[in-house]
Amino acid sequence: MTEALLAALYIFVIAMFLGFAVITKVPPLLHTPLMSGSNAISGITIIGALIVAGRQEGWLQTILGLIAIILAMINVVGGYLVTDRMLQMFKRKPGEK
Amino acid sequence: MALREVLIALAYMIASACFVIGLMWLQSPKRARAGNMLSALGMLLAIIATLFVSGIKDYSVIIIGMIIGSALGAVMAYTVKMTAMPQMVGILNGFGGGASALVAAAEFFKYVADPSTLTPDVSVSIMLAMVVGSVTLSGSMIAAGKLQGIVHERPITYPFQNIINLIFFLTIVAAGVFLVASFGHPWVFLYLTVAALVFGVLFTIPIGGADMPVVICFLNALSGVAAAMAGFVIKNNALIIAGSLVGASGIILTQIMCWAMNRPITNVLFGAFGAVTAASSATATATKKTVRPIQPDEAAILLAYAQLVIIVPGYGMAVSQAQHAVRQLADELAKRGVTVKYAIHPVAGRMPGHMNVLLAEANVPYEQLYDMDQINDEFQNADVALIVGANDVVNPAARYDKSSPIYGMPILNADHAKHIIVLKRSMNPGFAGIENELFYNEKTRMLFGDAKESLTKLINEVKNL
Repeated sequence: MTEALLAALYIFVIAMFLGFAVITKVPPLLHTPLMSGSNAISGITIIGALIVAGRQEGWLQTILGLIAIILAMINVVGGYLVTDRMLQMFKRKPGEK
Repeated sequence: MALREVLIALAYMIASACFVIGLMWLQSPKRARAGNMLSALGMLLAIIATLFVSGIKDYSVIIIGMIIGSALGAVMAYTVKMTAMPQMVGILNGFGGGASALVAAAEFFKYVADPSTLTPDVSVSIMLAMVVGSVTLSGSMIAAGKLQGIVHERPITYPFQNIINLIFFLTIVAAGVFLVASFGHPWVFLYLTVAALVFGVLFTIPIGGADMPVVICFLNALSGVAAAMAGFVIKNNALIIAGSLVGASGIILTQIMCWAMNRPITNVLFGAFGAVTAASSATATATKKTVRPIQPDEAAILLAYAQLVIIVPGYGMAVSQAQHAVRQLADELAKRGVTVKYAIHPVAGRMPGHMNVLLAEANVPYEQLYDMDQINDEFQNADVALIVGANDVVNPAARYDKSSPIYGMPILNADHAKHIIVLKRSMNPGFAGIENELFYNEKTRMLFGDAKESLTKLINEVKNL
């Protein structure tokens, strides 16, 4: 347990620092798409939802898993699509496609 | 490790890399859209890889859930108005947190049925994911409700609020510690869940509408942390990495918002800002000051014969959906050779970057949108500063009036312009209930009325000149 946990904690801490480094460089212009886009990324929990819903270990877990899939998919699909909708509006010159 | 597991693990690694590169490309508007697509591809890869995980036996529930969730998500994404983007992001935050909590709950019941493989780090992670996810879910719904106007926007306060919330929070911690020490007890787990949901509500209701940018960012961070915790529960690195990235993003944005208001995060979250000031402003309005109204024809002349006009948009522009009218006016002025720039304060609107998205929707080229630091020195050269629905972010009292609740907040130097025209519905103080000195400035003229209607009149007057 300890070794695996330590490795996971390493990843957690390093990913946090990576996140700080990358995201401080995002300009305020794009902060709203950053939020909705990173939001969609937090829908990664769909992985857990799929595993939980598909392993057939009792109706309670399956129902919890089903609701988790629905919520996570709304998060993923809604998040990415709405971010794309916003980003395609940002243009350098008027009328630019 | 079987070949299949190796391939799945590699797919997760590639997906994680896609998320990081996608966020990197968000650093410039040119590549941002491609970055978002890359990130989405990474997510697709992660989902496909997960379908091959050996533990999954039944696909019917998965297919049903994915169809329902995708359809709802797509409908929301295509129908939401750009002005309602803060609510949308709030709701999505909440759903992400809720999904992580549900994954933790399912794992909890799995280990209740068979505790043989349970280790303490997993039980700790289950409790953390459950609590953080539930707080994110209910807190986000209240925040979205406030932004939509369903929940009262002003801070809801009661005596000993922070102490009651603290005690309540401590019972959640106690329940969590108890469950880790003695695993099982579904009723205690139920208490933990319900209490965390209630805490999310209690935590959000005392925070006022104008502070929502901070709350939305904070909940964004929490949704990421919840996903990372769920990653510790199911021992999945993709969840840990993606969750940490989102957590870091939310923390940074929260910090930027707090800096932009010059208030520590604790003050925003526990200060019930806007409740006290509403009372104190009543005395301030009693002192007599004069405002100078202006008619559209006269305002149009000021604008049309200017060289440089700086437009300062605020939440009022979003409320009256005036972004398209703003751009039309700017176009008319540009035709007459006037240079038009936009000054965007970091906390203008109800979420970071809110004004930028609305103006982009109205086809304003992003090169005309300036951050506070980029444009503040230019106000002194501006002939007219046109304030469209902004209030606190241009209040000069923030510079010197120590008694003002917004003292110390960096503001846009609109008062340095030669003329200031303020589009405003009435003289009622803005959301935070703070009297704005700019309105009484000798250089300031007030154009009363709905922002969109006033702009339409201005456009016609400028055309007729």
